[in-house]
Amino acid sequence: MIAALAFYVFAAILIASAVMVVTSRNPVHSVLFLILAFFNASALFLLAGAEFLAMILVIVYVGAVAVLFLFIVMMLDIDFSRLREGFQRYAPIGAVIGAILFLELLFVFGSWQFAPEANSLRMNAAPETGISNTAALGQLIYTDYIFLFQVAGLILLVAMIGAIVLTLRDKPANSRRQDIAVQVARGEAVTLTAVPPRKGLAELGIVRRPLPAPPKPKAIHGHGHDDHGHGHDNHGHDDKHGGGHH
Amino acid sequence: MLTIGLGHYLTVSAILFVLGIFGIFMNRKNVIVILMSLELILLSVNLNMVAFSSALQDLTGQIFALFVLTVAAAEAAIGLAILVIYFRNRGSIEVEDVSTLKG
Repeated sequence: MIAALAFYVFAAILIASAVMVVTSRNPVHSVLFLILAFFNASALFLLAGAEFLAMILVIVYVGAVAVLFLFIVMMLDIDFSRLREGFQRYAPIGAVIGAILFLELLFVFGSWQFAPEANSLRMNAAPETGISNTAALGQLIYTDYIFLFQVAGLILLVAMIGAIVLTLRDKPANSRRQDIAVQVARGEAVTLTAVPPRKGLAELGIVRRPLPAPPKPKAIHGHGHDDHGHGHDNHGHDDKHGGGHH
Repeated sequence: MLTIGLGHYLTVSAILFVLGIFGIFMNRKNVIVILMSLELILLSVNLNMVAFSSALQDLTGQIFALFVLTVAAAEAAIGLAILVIYFRNRGSIEVEDVSTLKG
């Protein structure tokens, strides 16, 4: 009874917020309604008994994906009024296709019946009692589905590296980068000397190196990495080596 | 009416799916809302899987929904990254311009 009422409430809010996602004029409102939709979907998952997935949905979608959308919407300076021009034009065909699709789905699922032997075909029957949904899922994922689990991690890694590579801009002008080859090949070494007390360093012939000149702004090249390495090498060590490393 | 079965979940997820499709048609120019509609579609698929999983007492559906969730997160990240560099290059995110990207 309570569960049924909760189902109807959450389903109604889910569908209403999905409508708002699709039709609202401001994309920021769309993202916020998307977050509301995800919360209600996770409540529906809870009602269906999938506790772990419900929590994962809140963490992954609300915590990561929706915030990512929000960042993008607010970061890019987009003229959203121009993007809404075709709204009236495309609405009828969208409605027609949506209605056809919905009728088809109703025909498919309205007459849905399980075969009598469906229960014997279960791959991973849920344990009867005494074990929570999360523990049951863990016992399956870390044993039978360990390979798929690792591949899922790999997919996330590829997505992360791909997003970084795509959005990384070459830093302009006077940013310094580490050039390991130059660093390793550097000939200058500081020798340890026993300095007796009350004698100046200059008397022993130890001269402090002059401070490096401030970096000059450089033109941006296509392949900036070598360029910055040279720039780092040049100032400061020119007096000794004449910049002869490259 | 007051007992919730598989049919209720399937109806909700069908409505959600159709709304996602409708959103793709409605916002033909706004890639961000199209990506959000894709997320709605994937959410409806997940809802379907969880409903079947709980109706059949079979955990496979929930495991599969977990993997769908992973792929959806990766897809959103990559899609938004592509959107950012596209906006950097073109100064707009209109879908009709994307055909100029070829070559």
